[in-house]
Amino acid sequence: MKLLVCVSKTPDTTAKIAFTSDNTALDANGIQFIMNPYDEWYALVRALELKESAGGSVTVVNVGPAANDTVIRKAMAIGADDAIRVDAEPKSAYFVAQQIAAVAKGNDYDMIFLGKETINYNGSEVGAMLAELLDLPFISYGTKLTMEGNAAVIERDIEGGTEIVSVEAPFVVSAAKGMAEQRIPNMRGIMSAKRKPLKVVAAVDCEDPVRVVSYQLPDAKSAVKMVDPENMDELVRLLHEEAKII
Amino acid sequence: MMENNVKDPKVATKASNNKEDRFQGHDYYNIDELLNDDHLLARDAVRSWVKQEVSPIIEDYSNRAVCPTHLFKGLADIGAFGPSLPAEYGCGGMDEIAYGIIMQELERGDSGIRSMASVQGSLVMYPIYKFGSEEQRRKYLPKLASGEFIGCFGLTEPDHGSDPGGMITNIKDDGDSYILNGAKMWITNSPVADIAVVWAKDEEGKIRGVIVEKGMEGFSAPEIHGKWSLRASITGELVFEDVRVPKANVLPNVKGLKGPLSCLSKARYGIAWGAIGAAMDCYDSALRYSQERIQFGKPIGQFQLTQKKLAEMITEITKAQLLAWRLGTLANDGKATPAQISMAKRNNVHMALEIAREARQIHGGMGITNEYPVMRHMMNLETVLTYEGTHDIHLLITGMDVTGLNAFK
Ligand SMILES: Cc1cc2nc3c(=O)[nH]c(=O)nc-3n(C[C@H](O)[C@H](O)[C@H](O)COP(=O)(O)OP(=O)(O)OC[C@H]3O[C@@H](n4cnc5c(N)ncnc54)[C@H](O)[C@@H]3O)c2cc1C
Repeated sequence: MKLLVCVSKTPDTTAKIAFTSDNTALDANGIQFIMNPYDEWYALVRALELKESAGGSVTVVNVGPAANDTVIRKAMAIGADDAIRVDAEPKSAYFVAQQIAAVAKGNDYDMIFLGKETINYNGSEVGAMLAELLDLPFISYGTKLTMEGNAAVIERDIEGGTEIVSVEAPFVVSAAKGMAEQRIPNMRGIMSAKRKPLKVVAAVDCEDPVRVVSYQLPDAKSAVKMVDPENMDELVRLLHEEAKII
Repeated sequence: MMENNVKDPKVATKASNNKEDRFQGHDYYNIDELLNDDHLLARDAVRSWVKQEVSPIIEDYSNRAVCPTHLFKGLADIGAFGPSLPAEYGCGGMDEIAYGIIMQELERGDSGIRSMASVQGSLVMYPIYKFGSEEQRRKYLPKLASGEFIGCFGLTEPDHGSDPGGMITNIKDDGDSYILNGAKMWITNSPVADIAVVWAKDEEGKIRGVIVEKGMEGFSAPEIHGKWSLRASITGELVFEDVRVPKANVLPNVKGLKGPLSCLSKARYGIAWGAIGAAMDCYDSALRYSQERIQFGKPIGQFQLTQKKLAEMITEITKAQLLAWRLGTLANDGKATPAQISMAKRNNVHMALEIAREARQIHGGMGITNEYPVMRHMMNLETVLTYEGTHDIHLLITGMDVTGLNAFK
């Protein structure tokens, strides 16, 4: 089985987010970056488990600058066999999807894994776009994936229940919590990752019609107002006049 | 998505009934820029492991004064045993800074957990690697690295602590074996150990290293109870009554006090880094508490006296980090002297203990409970201040180094 796992780099979950002065980009100063947890914990680990049970190879792909190599090496320390980095700023989901599609084309991957979303943009866009560009089926938010012959049976959480789908390889799947469990790399893995091949390729020319106009932080949480349980009128007045929800 | 996307992956750890470990590293001087990928990945891995395996259980084990012996396997799996020894013996093949960082992250969890790894790696595997025969290396190192064997290191005796040269434990030649007699005290891991690297005098009065195996007749390792410090680490004695040890178990390549002392240098080096972990955990907790705890209508972090404490803490941590990093680069070049290692051990452990005490105050009454890690670190650090050479002994080592005058004679 030939598996491709898309991994991206995101700010650490504890990072304090700020933007550059014109609010069009993240201010990366002092921010610690990690591998997107959905990519790392679920997509990558499930792909490794499949490889371990059925044989084959796991390649990771990342679109990003050389500074992303730490994240890529971590993926190889966890167990990926090799890696490809498309040397370009990941400007938008569409740009990234086109770059990964260019990598995947002609490589005949049986399955392409990615996390259900990144924890910074929460876009959930790359997977669907990638599948479309490669003309492959796309199964989103998979929480469980098992093989039955050449078909994968994938469970997806849906509102109030679970949907179970069956899909023949090749396909693209995005992984959510439940698909696998986090694996922590060990020191031998970290050292052997140094010897695994990391191929850097140039970005292909492609259209990128999306432009970020500006970013804005959410409003600070306002203080909690305590209302006496006896004073229903006051509660109704506040909900009406201040919260404006009734 | 409905779930809180940031929280979701974080909560997916085991033992979610416990308080989440919110620790974040502190790097005021961008020392991370001096580290390479190996170091950063090692730190990340061990920090994740500690959050997953140590933080959820450590208060409970420490409270009950029980060693979480199941963590030996986890420590081995992550590669915490002998990370800087060569890969051909099943070890990590990493550099000294990576080793230091691993110790830092383990001690961030608990000094006792770090001790489990320090003893195994620096005091048991290192002497076998450094002074052992090729046969001994092949026989013991892979098993120690994989956690199949647990080791301990016997130097201190009931009547000889700071002055190990005065030891009375001894070996007598008896054909193809030696007869070992004596007793060792305060030995980390001893009651659970499969092998002990024991330092004993031969008939010429020279100190030799001997590998004693569990089950050898006349050898026992009773546990020492009643510790208020390092409660999650198991400590015991080693008692030898006419133990017959094959000559093949003697470390062939060292004689004299420099054998055990070079192991101690290795372990002290790790402690110099480890103490930073304990200090950072205390500071991290105090910093967060100072922003969340409101008194007189404002966060206590807004009061000048609290800020003084926090400012001094991060200053001392930063100095200790720089000391450790520089010592690490010297060690990588094989140039770190025992006296330089001694200085870093003394300074950094003392720094950590002072920070634990100040952090305890910032937490007010909560600071004395096991809701926060601070008091546990503080109690642990009392041991760390004493073992591997007491604070005062290290002062005298630096004193001797700078004056050329020996205060021990
Ligand atoms: C939890 C724990 C685990 C340990 N694990 C191990 C282990 O795995 N293996 C091992 O071999 N040992 C171990 N030790 C022993 C440790 O290394 C000794 O406790 C330490 O070396 C001090 O020896 P001592 O306790 O006999 O104190 P002493 O040597 O009796 O010292 C008592 C006091 O006298 C001071 N003092 C002594 N000599 C001088 C001097 N010349 N000038 C000024 N002051 C002096 C000391 O600084 C100290 O304050 C452990 C100890 C503890 C508490």
